[in-house]
Amino acid sequence: MAETESNSSVAKTAAKLVVLAVAMFAFAVYVMPPLYYVFCDILGIDPRGSLVAVDENSEMEVDTSRTIRITFMATNNERMPWEFRPNDAVIEVHPGEVAYTSYFAKNTTDKHMVSRTVPSFVPSSSAEHFKKVQCFCFESQPLAPGESADMGLQFYVDPNLPKSITNITASYTIFDITEVANEQKMTQR
Amino acid sequence: MAHGPAKGISRWLFTTNHKDIGTMYMWFSFAMFLLGGAFAMVIRAELFQPGMQLVEPEFFNQMTTMHGLVMVFGAIMPAFVGLANWMIPLMIGAPDMALPRMNNWSFWILPFAFLMLASTFFMEGGAPNFGWTFYAPLSTTYAPPSVTFFIFAVHIMGASSIMGSINIIATVLNMRAPGMTLMKMPLFVWTWLITAFLLVAVMPVLAGAVTMMLMDIHFGTSFFDAAGGGDPVLFQHVFWFFGHPEVYIIILPGFGVVSQVIPAFSRKPLFGYSSMVYATASIAFLSFIVWAHHMFTVGMPLAGELYFMYATMLIAVPTGVKVFNWITTMWRGSMTFETPMLFAIAFVILFTMGGFTGLMLGIAPSDIQYHDSYFVVAHFHYTMVAGAIFSLTAGIYYWLPKWTGKMYNETLGKTQFWIAFIGFNLTFFPQHFVGLAGMQRRVPDYALQFADFNMLSSIGAFMFGMSQLMLLFNVINTILAGKRAEKDKVWDGAEGLEWTVPSPAPYHTFSTPPQVK
Amino acid sequence: MLRRAKPLFHKLLGSAILMGMLGHQAVADEVERWQVNMTPGVTPVSQEIYGLHMLIFWICVAISVIVFGALAYTIYAHRRSKNREPSTFHEHLGLEIFWTAIPFLILVVMAIPATRSLIHMYDTDTEVDLDVVVTGYQWKWQYEYLGKEVSFFSNLHEDSNAARQLGSGVDVNTIPNYLLEVDRPLVVPVKQKIRFLVTANDVIHAWWVPALGIKRDAIPGFVRESWAYIEEPGIYRGVCAELCGRDHGFMPIVVQAVEQAEFNEWIAQEQAAAAELRELAAQTFTFEDLYERGEGVYNRSCAACHGAQGQGVPGAFPAIAGSAVATGPLEAHLDVVLNGVPGTAMQAFGAQLSPVDIAAVVTFQRNAFGNNMGDQVQPVDVVQQQNQ
Repeated sequence: MAETESNSSVAKTAAKLVVLAVAMFAFAVYVMPPLYYVFCDILGIDPRGSLVAVDENSEMEVDTSRTIRITFMATNNERMPWEFRPNDAVIEVHPGEVAYTSYFAKNTTDKHMVSRTVPSFVPSSSAEHFKKVQCFCFESQPLAPGESADMGLQFYVDPNLPKSITNITASYTIFDITEVANEQKMTQR
Repeated sequence: MAHGPAKGISRWLFTTNHKDIGTMYMWFSFAMFLLGGAFAMVIRAELFQPGMQLVEPEFFNQMTTMHGLVMVFGAIMPAFVGLANWMIPLMIGAPDMALPRMNNWSFWILPFAFLMLASTFFMEGGAPNFGWTFYAPLSTTYAPPSVTFFIFAVHIMGASSIMGSINIIATVLNMRAPGMTLMKMPLFVWTWLITAFLLVAVMPVLAGAVTMMLMDIHFGTSFFDAAGGGDPVLFQHVFWFFGHPEVYIIILPGFGVVSQVIPAFSRKPLFGYSSMVYATASIAFLSFIVWAHHMFTVGMPLAGELYFMYATMLIAVPTGVKVFNWITTMWRGSMTFETPMLFAIAFVILFTMGGFTGLMLGIAPSDIQYHDSYFVVAHFHYTMVAGAIFSLTAGIYYWLPKWTGKMYNETLGKTQFWIAFIGFNLTFFPQHFVGLAGMQRRVPDYALQFADFNMLSSIGAFMFGMSQLMLLFNVINTILAGKRAEKDKVWDGAEGLEWTVPSPAPYHTFSTPPQVK
Repeated sequence: MLRRAKPLFHKLLGSAILMGMLGHQAVADEVERWQVNMTPGVTPVSQEIYGLHMLIFWICVAISVIVFGALAYTIYAHRRSKNREPSTFHEHLGLEIFWTAIPFLILVVMAIPATRSLIHMYDTDTEVDLDVVVTGYQWKWQYEYLGKEVSFFSNLHEDSNAARQLGSGVDVNTIPNYLLEVDRPLVVPVKQKIRFLVTANDVIHAWWVPALGIKRDAIPGFVRESWAYIEEPGIYRGVCAELCGRDHGFMPIVVQAVEQAEFNEWIAQEQAAAAELRELAAQTFTFEDLYERGEGVYNRSCAACHGAQGQGVPGAFPAIAGSAVATGPLEAHLDVVLNGVPGTAMQAFGAQLSPVDIAAVVTFQRNAFGNNMGDQVQPVDVVQQQNQ
């Protein structure tokens, strides 16, 4: 009698713990990654929100009293042989003023390749204030062998940018995602 | 009901007896300890002098990686599970573990996990070489092909730990003898109960981390790859969300062992039992909210750094309470210094020093200089070797007479202690210095300025390694030729149900539950 | 225990004497043998870190004295031969509260200066005078002076590199600054706020220069920042602190801090040299010139993996001696060097080396180690292939 009672309570305890273990696994795989990006957005460090286009805000006031100097940087990831560089090394804008620039990319290989670029900003607190109306980093860029392209970037600097910031460095790192892109195409078929 | 063990190999293959399984865990973990120790000897031999003398850098990296993995997952964790298997039923007056068949599985899948891990040495590209923390993308895009086997081995170890922990929790919560209330449980049982909850909560997170790696490597996802919209820093967050509780998983049962040993040899009850329980629980809780202090140099926002710094500093409070309680337990006791007590006292001293360096590492601005230097290596060996290994050794000497019915050789035990103690400090104390002077960790070679301390460190490591062979010899010698333990209560100051059963403990104990007053 | 660093005054005096003797740049901050403590460094941040480190250290020492003193006393006074009758006390709420509260207060005392330093370290926004992009590669660093059109790679010095090979037969004790010397140091001005934009090209690295109080992870795809205001000219050495693969221990950092005027001169020279290199790319070289230059380039950029004698590492890195690439069609060989081999450790050197260096090293590889192909590549050929 006492034995069966304790057996059923053991089973109950064990079942609860199995549920906890499964829940923690799910937490790691399904909750932690999105949660991480939510935190990144809140803290303004490489926010994923910046990979989504914002509307051009026509009512926004241009703050002509401040000039922000923006330096553009290009980095090739190791396995990316393309030529990749900003067409304008430096641009000066007033906060709120919409500006346009572009990056030059050239596929120097004899293969069809697909690239993706990842933006990053210094100082990191400026990232959330660098608003992209349109950016080549939103999408992957395929280029044929020897083909080159000017990839456009339309943006403005949020007038709420902290007063202490006068310089922003925008860094774009280009990656080769040909393999991943091909795999995705295969699975879509 | 009262039958003895089966004969031959089937006794061990199919056993559901907690003592048999405990014994197998202990021997397995000792074998892994020697293997991990052999890797450490290769590391220290290469670092004996500046310049490359023995191994290629790739192989050196495999050594550091496998040393960490084998010691953490193969030696320390299974050894404590072995102690738990042996002692928890005896301490709470239960006839066996709550889930004996699962107990058998949780042990027997372990050897396969480590066989798989060890087999990677013979694969193309060699064994895992990305450190036991396996940061992406070094462990994904840039990993040797054997990484897949590593991932599966980690999965199996995780499954084993989770099963073992479920068993321990179910046993402690359901199988206690009448009158054994939670707050009467020996502290070793308490610390293991809390550890088991930590394991069930974080081993799945580790499984999740390696699963995401597997997906990134083979199925085209980009959890940790910036190119596909992921972030390698995410890996570190997931890993340390597991990793920080993991270091308490390694140390908490050690707290438990020491809390049994010190009162026994002080002949005085443990001071502040309930505050010990609360301190353990609060350390466990805090371990979940401090993980990013391992990542102060990744460039977190200021708010994040400050939060993780403050939370980390808080851990010093309950840890301090434990140390003060142990010393007060000894205060005005009537102490003798048999081998278990020597190891327990050394544990208190060395773990406290590891705690001090831990506090220093927790201060974010100065961590900028300590991070990934040999200072960190010194710190975590003070907590893990002097913490986990010393407390395990104390526990082995303490309970060995109960397990075997025979006394170990005290002189040999004390000699081993002094060689281990001196060897340990000679190995790891100078590592504080080279770390502060600027030597980074996980390197096969170093600048000439670090040569003297590294040579000392290597000499100490060989000493420490030798002392472990003495432990092995002492245990075998006890089993084969030890003097009979005269009394059930081997140590006159020891308290607890385990000392009410005969020595050696019979194959079945507490078939009729004892009454606890 | 930890030794106090020499007072600053002595240090300055020492450097002054050294400078006078050598008529040369002061060496302000070298690690010494038997050094047991952290360097105070040469920036306000590193000195703050040092102060904080010593503060916590002494607090820990004080606590140790009390705790270990009590432990030693009880071991002495309460052993059985002295105290046969143990007490039985086992609880005291007041004591528990006391030793919970006191450590907490000590922690608060530590947290205040720590918070202040951290806020100071994070001040990367204001009035930056120079931006330097630091990029980690397996296994070297690239430095780019933002907006100055100067950029170069910094490798382990070839003497160290030759000596550190397994079975090299070189006594490493004869190598000056073994493993802490590079072929090209990072040159920066003193008394300027320099911001380091740290990123990586492949795996995670960490750029650590103790004297500058900087350790910053270099993460592929992301830029992280740190800053330094160096107060004294000198040479400051550091290492990569994050495990990054095979040669993680062999990618040192050397920062040479010079007076502003000297820096300006240096940067002008570098700019001129870069221009000259572009011009050189249009010239035609003799075979001997290419071969000789190529040997140097090979030792700096190729020998780490492919071996000093082109023998490679079996199973890991292919040999150059007698290899199908180096004895095959020239254009394919050039393509491998320029663009790397995807999916392997072979990097694309097109961006790392000048056309002259690439022409030289390819020529060298095709004619050294018994390859004897007899052909050569001119810089113009390299430029042409790059623009195809």
